[in-house]
Amino acid sequence: MQKFISLKSIPTYLPIVNIDTDMIIPKQFLKTIKRTGLGKNLFFELRYDEKGKEISDFILNKKPFCNSNILITGKNFGCGSSREHAPWALLDFGITCIISSSYADIFYNNCFKNGILPIVLNEDKIKEISEYSNRKEEISVNLVDQKIIYGNNEISFEIDPFKKKCLLEGLDDIALSLEKSDKIKSFENKVKNQRPWIFND
Amino acid sequence: MPHTLYDKIWNDHLVHEQDDGTALLFVDRHLIHEVTSPQAFEGLRNSNRKVRQPSLTLAVADHNVPTTDRSKGISDQESKIQVETLEANCKEFGIKLFGMNDKRQGIVHVTGPEQGFTQPGTVIVCGDSHTATHGAFGSLAFGIGTSEVEHVLATQTLVQKKAKNFRINVNGKLPLGVTSKDVILQIIGKIGTAGGTGCVIEYAGDLIRSLSVEQRMTICNMTIEGGARAGLIEPDEKIFNYLKGRPMSPKGSTWDRAVEVWSNLNSDDGSHFDKEVSLTAEEIIPMVTWGTSPQDVITIEGKVPNPNTEKDLDKKSSIERSLKYMGLKPDTLAKDIKIDKVFIGSCTNGRIEDLREAAKILKNKKKASHVHAMVVPGSGLVKQQAEQEGLDKIFINSGFEWREPGCSMCLAMNADKLKPEERCASTSNRNFEGRQGRGGRTHLVSPGMAAAAAIAGNLDDVRKYQN
Ligand code: SF4
Repeated sequence: MQKFISLKSIPTYLPIVNIDTDMIIPKQFLKTIKRTGLGKNLFFELRYDEKGKEISDFILNKKPFCNSNILITGKNFGCGSSREHAPWALLDFGITCIISSSYADIFYNNCFKNGILPIVLNEDKIKEISEYSNRKEEISVNLVDQKIIYGNNEISFEIDPFKKKCLLEGLDDIALSLEKSDKIKSFENKVKNQRPWIFND
Repeated sequence: MPHTLYDKIWNDHLVHEQDDGTALLFVDRHLIHEVTSPQAFEGLRNSNRKVRQPSLTLAVADHNVPTTDRSKGISDQESKIQVETLEANCKEFGIKLFGMNDKRQGIVHVTGPEQGFTQPGTVIVCGDSHTATHGAFGSLAFGIGTSEVEHVLATQTLVQKKAKNFRINVNGKLPLGVTSKDVILQIIGKIGTAGGTGCVIEYAGDLIRSLSVEQRMTICNMTIEGGARAGLIEPDEKIFNYLKGRPMSPKGSTWDRAVEVWSNLNSDDGSHFDKEVSLTAEEIIPMVTWGTSPQDVITIEGKVPNPNTEKDLDKKSSIERSLKYMGLKPDTLAKDIKIDKVFIGSCTNGRIEDLREAAKILKNKKKASHVHAMVVPGSGLVKQQAEQEGLDKIFINSGFEWREPGCSMCLAMNADKLKPEERCASTSNRNFEGRQGRGGRTHLVSPGMAAAAAIAGNLDDVRKYQN
């Protein structure tokens, strides 16, 4: 997995609450068997009209936001379907950091598996930073110090230490879990004894 | 210390726990389907890993399969590749698969319980957010992303942090014509789509206990629409009777041992819940959604909200946005909303009891002439059962199309979808923008309400149609 350490970018502000994963990437793009190539269809129905033409006043179609790596957005981002195609599409578009006041659980977890940092800030801070985004100036996000720096201001954010470590080091969590193979094995043996119907083969 | 049902299942599945509370949880049951698994298998191959416990995994093709005549295969090339990829992967890694032409094929959350793969006290995962459905059996069941699917395939475990305990009590008796779908819609309206974030919900109370197994599944199914990771219900005799004799259920003396263990799966008296909400069943009325989020609910007697009476600016703009998308004027009466389509099916309401409920309303009645209506059974076995009971005839005689099983218009990944601005009364679970087709407008309802809407041609009160 790609590491996330720090980032500098002009942020894009999308002031919609409850953005669901259908909105991030609609189902017609879930027929792929790959993880890549979804960026062009990110926010498809907001970005393109019925004839497939770009809607020019949608923010991610405008310069400089079309090159943005940071998305600021309304609460409960990523609700709905568990599709990991949502973070894949964001990543493929170039967005590696999201700032919101809350996320849906599955989406939040999926971000960390793909080197995307989802930052949680309270609504007041979101307001401050989204107002700043109108200036079209770069802001920095630093995961090591857990800080967002914009102009002369800085905001600290909280993050689970284990998730932070995985992002900073780009850890493969399957490899980490496989290091505990012995424990898994003895757990399986316990299951075979205590709940034999589980392995009903 | 007294423990909740969720605490107990959690503790019983802990393989390892780090100091910071991050845990490795054993997974007893893993369901996979064609849409969220190909990249996981590709990941396994790329890193030369095997599936650790192929026998604990069950695969079904459901999201992408046609619901019309299947004898010619899938015409959409991409869908076809996805379904074939699932077949190839299952073969390569030794996983049991119900292919498109198997009569046991169906929506993964219908098939799992039907086969007895779903069992009390287990941890069940699937790359699908409606996995919570299986919580109706007293299991800890939740949706995961594709990277996690890969993790489960490789390790039979999942990295998790413990969620909070949230209990929702529903007591009393439901009025005639009111169903578990109305109960869960009312709950979501009450707690909001983020109300359960970070929680596992236990549904309790005498109403919940009085529900059939399938009605319980409808409730647990939509837990995700309330933002919670999982929803579960204490298992009881009804659950054990449902499971007895199913193909993958325990047999003989093992069955007796299992029931003994399952009978102890409950929340202890005095166990701690971080959050608690209560509803009275008698007060629940048939519900419909008016907007583009499952929390946008009103009763069939109610009217669409007016943004001008909303003080909170965020809420106001979100109401305006939803009304615009839905093509509705503020203060429109629910019963005045005219519909073009009716969809009965999905993992929420595509089971035999759901079809019986709709058929009961439709018997000897015709759908309105401008309405296009279809029934998509949740599985091949549901379809077969319905045909044995003659329900297919009732639907066909009222003017419905009788289809092959699958997800169909619940997410419109196959050919079944709404056209822009078409309005649908749907028994599915999501009314997001574009969910049933770009520009399509969805009103979530119970199967009986969907039947009533088909007859009336507009949203209508099912209580008027009780035969
Ligand atoms: S029926 Fe709908 S909600 Fe259920 S699994 Fe299929 S697509 Fe998902």
